Amino acid sequence: MITVDALTKKYSGFTAVDDVTFTARAGRVTGFLGPNGAGKSTTMRMMVGLTRPTSGTATINGRPFAELPNPGLDVGVLLDASAQHAGRTGREILAIAQRTMGLPRARVDEMLHKVSLTEDEAERRVKNYSLGMRQRLGIATALIGNPEALILDEPANGLDPAGIRWMRDLLREYADQGGTVLLSSHLLHEIEVVADDLVVIGNGRVVAQGTKEELLAAAGTVVRTPQAPALSGALAAAGVAHTLGPDGSIRTDSDPALVGRIALAAGVPLVELRSADGAGLEEMFLELTAESQREATPTTQSTTSESRAA
Amino acid sequence: MSTTTIERTVPVARNSRAHDAIPLSRIVGVEVSKMFNTRSGYWLLASVGILSTLATVATVLFAPDDQISYDGFAAAVGFPMSVVLPMIAILSVTSEWSQRSGLTTFTLVPHRGRVIAAKLLATLLVGAASIGIAFGVGALGNVVGSAIAGVGTTWDITLGEAALIFLADALGMLMGFTLGILIRSSPGAIVGYFVYALVLPAALGTLAAFQDWFADRQGWVDFNFASTRLYEGDLAGKDWAHLAVSGTFWLAIPLAIGLFVVTRSEVK
Repeated sequence: MITVDALTKKYSGFTAVDDVTFTARAGRVTGFLGPNGAGKSTTMRMMVGLTRPTSGTATINGRPFAELPNPGLDVGVLLDASAQHAGRTGREILAIAQRTMGLPRARVDEMLHKVSLTEDEAERRVKNYSLGMRQRLGIATALIGNPEALILDEPANGLDPAGIRWMRDLLREYADQGGTVLLSSHLLHEIEVVADDLVVIGNGRVVAQGTKEELLAAAGTVVRTPQAPALSGALAAAGVAHTLGPDGSIRTDSDPALVGRIALAAGVPLVELRSADGAGLEEMFLELTAESQREATPTTQSTTSESRAA
Repeated sequence: MSTTTIERTVPVARNSRAHDAIPLSRIVGVEVSKMFNTRSGYWLLASVGILSTLATVATVLFAPDDQISYDGFAAAVGFPMSVVLPMIAILSVTSEWSQRSGLTTFTLVPHRGRVIAAKLLATLLVGAASIGIAFGVGALGNVVGSAIAGVGTTWDITLGEAALIFLADALGMLMGFTLGILIRSSPGAIVGYFVYALVLPAALGTLAAFQDWFADRQGWVDFNFASTRLYEGDLAGKDWAHLAVSGTFWLAIPLAIGLFVVTRSEVK
C-alpha cells in the first residue's frame, strides 16, 4: 500500500504539488492521471526521496521510503527509462540492481526473459536501445527485487501497441496477485483500460479520485440512430435531458436501460447504445483539468470577445 | 519481443517482509564495478596499466644511464597517474547526474551520504590498486632497464617516500571527487580539474616569480603547490602546515558545501 498525505512542493514562485493526498491500495492498479506539468512526476519523485517535499509525507506499507532498509525489495520504481548510463549494457544495469539488493545472479537472466529482451539485446549498450527497449529494461529493474509495490512514471511511453498490451497484462496480473501498482500517464485510454482506481491531478492539485466505476458513473449514455430527430423528440417527451451531437449521436446523463426503453416505445431503430465511458473519461479529464490546460478553452475565448465588445 | 501472455512467475509472497539493511561493503563493491563497466571507465582504468607501461618503456629507452633508478621510473609513471586518477574520481560522481543514473542509484539506496561515502571508498581503493600497479610496473622497468643499461639496480625510494607519493595522488583524487560533487557535471568538473591542475599552477607560479610577497606565502594559499611538495619527499613541519591550511580551503570546505548541497538537491 502506498499512502500519500498532504504532499506539497513549492519552488520559488510557484507550487508544483499542492496538498496531494491519496492511497494506492494493494491488489489494485491506481492510475495517476494528469496533463503535462500537472505535478505527477514531482509527486512520484517525492514519494521515493529524490525530491524533498516542502511538507507532507509519503509512505510505503506504512514506512517512509528512506526508512526502508532495502527499498528495491519493497517497491519497484521506474521514473524515467532514459535515465541510465548510456555506456552500460542492459545486462550490466540489471546486474547493478541485482547486486545492490543482494539477489542471486540468476535473477538477471530471469528478468531479461520476463521483459523479452534477447541475449543479444542485453549485451548491447543502452545508448543503442530504442525507448521501448529502455522501458522494458526499466520494468525489469523495477521487478527484479520481487517487490510488493510498483511506482511507474509513464511506463507505456515508447512502447509499440503490442508492448502496451504486454505492459497492461503484466500490471494487471501483478495487481491480481496482491501487488500495489501506481502508474502515471497522460494517455487517458491507457489508464482507463488498466486502472481500478483513478487519481486525477491538475495544476498540482488532486481534482478527482475514486474507483473507475464511480468516476465514470456520471458519464452517462451515448446512443446512435439513423432517426436522431425522432429519438430526440421521444427523449424530450419522456423528460430526459440530452444533447444532439454534430455526428448524429445523442448524449444523456440517464442510464442506457432507460434510453433503450424509450427508443423501443418510440419505434426508433438503434445502431449503438452504450455507457459513455470511453469518451466519458476523456471529457471528465478535460473538464476537471480545464484550468490547468495549456490550450485555451472556448469559454475563455468567448469571455474575452464579450469583454472586448463591452 | 513477444506479445504472448506472460508466464505466472511474478510476485509470490505478499506479506510484509523484514529485510536486512544494505551493508556499506556491498555498495562499495557495486561502485567499484560501476567504474569498470562503462566504456569511459574501462579505458580510464586500462590506461593506468597502459600509460605506466609506456612511461616505463620510454624511460628504459631514452633516459641517460645514470638516471636508470627506481626514482626515475616512479617519476615517469607517476605523472600520467596523477592525471588519470582524478578523472576516475570525477566520473564516479558526475556520471550519476550527467548520465542521470542517479535516479536509480539514489532510489535503490535512499541515503545519498552512504552512496557518496561508498564512492569515496571505491575511488580510494581503485586509486591504491592503480598506484600499486604503477609501482610494480616501475619496479619491473627498473630491474630490466638497469640490466639492459648494464648498471646496478638502484632502489632509491624509501617506503616513506612511496607513502607520500600515494598521499599526493590520493589528494589529487580527492580534489577531483570534490569538484565532481560541487559541479555534478562530467565536462564541467573535468575542465575544473584541469584549471586547478594545469592553469592555476602556471598563473600562480608566474605571480610568485615576480612578487616576492606571494612567493613567501604561496604554500599557505596554493593547495596544488603544497601537495606537489609530497612528490619530492622529506617534508618539513612547515610543509605539512601548508598542506593542512591550504587543504582546508581547497578541499575540506568545498567538500563540506558540496555534500550539504548533494544530500538536499533534487535528483531529476
